[in-house]
Amino acid sequence: MEPRIAQGEFKAVWADLHLHTVASACAEIEMIPPLIAKKAHELGLGLLAVTDHHTVDNVVAVQRAAAEYDIRVLPGMEVQTREEAHIVCLFADMERALAWQERVYAHLPDERNPEEVFGAQYVVDETGDYVQSNERLLQTSLALSVDEVVQGVRALGGLPIAAHVDRPSFSLLASLGFIPPALPLAAIEVSHRCNVERLLQQHSGLSAWPMVRGGDAHRLEEMRRSLRLQVKARILDELAMALAGAQGRSAVMA
Amino acid sequence: MIVRDIIEPLGLRVAAAQDHVCREIEGGYAADLLSCVMAGARKGDVWVTLQAHPNVIAVAELLGLACVIISEGTEPDAGTVTKAEERGIPVLVAAGTTYQVVSQLVKLGIEAAA
Repeated sequence: MEPRIAQGEFKAVWADLHLHTVASACAEIEMIPPLIAKKAHELGLGLLAVTDHHTVDNVVAVQRAAAEYDIRVLPGMEVQTREEAHIVCLFADMERALAWQERVYAHLPDERNPEEVFGAQYVVDETGDYVQSNERLLQTSLALSVDEVVQGVRALGGLPIAAHVDRPSFSLLASLGFIPPALPLAAIEVSHRCNVERLLQQHSGLSAWPMVRGGDAHRLEEMRRSLRLQVKARILDELAMALAGAQGRSAVMA
Repeated sequence: MIVRDIIEPLGLRVAAAQDHVCREIEGGYAADLLSCVMAGARKGDVWVTLQAHPNVIAVAELLGLACVIISEGTEPDAGTVTKAEERGIPVLVAAGTTYQVVSQLVKLGIEAAA
């Protein structure tokens, strides 16, 4: 797959590439498309990625709501591998995101979400109105290993990012002790409160990958200016180049 | 006690490094977060885990563990088997849960270090 290289001028874009909506059982009810778009606008964000747990149900609704403010939204998903490591997966378009979702659904247990225990998984439209509930149990591990997830996302031209590696649970670093040096991750995400200097002292191997911050917002007040991009367009291939520091593009964490 | 001595009583299947089952077992440890294992397991321990990733072997080698038992019939990843063969660290698969495996190990006299 040839990368799409945009022409024209460089632009500075604030991005947050890890964001939950009401399709995630653990997200607050305020995480609906119009409020997410409004908050992103207030923060001056130009690029978002919607990354609910194991579903892309609300991506298009957020894309539509964000278009009003000229904010671009990449389709994405936060995956939990069988090692209980979370990986943020970003895709160029909905077609590829849906292809990935199909693979993910085939590797989830065929169980119902116990709504009264975990919370509801709401599919909504761009105004935030209820469409339906996703009845599938989404908040559990896939029957796919870290390597299978990373390779599968790469095969679809997507970007796999190890989520919140500084956290004591659901992180690649906690689950696996260290990140396998040859793992083709696009980046490593740390949370906003992470002391990066200390993390790198403890795990020097992490400097092998680009590092980003991710808001991992489950409520509006957790949305952040996480990453400052220098790109020519707000598309996945430009993001990939920015992460790699290629051809004048750059990505600097807040 | 050596690794070979626990295979039959626990009904384990040897998934890798069959030639290295004479390694000495001095104690035991069980956990699935490899970050915890790196901090808590000791040299000579038999380690019981659900994790099947190749990093399991790296951690076992780093700490000088006697062997790894993967519980609940979980198949080790292909890379895990290859690495275990290379490093000579036996990987054993148990049908039972971690709790069942640990209780059988205790019955055989393998106690956790004080």
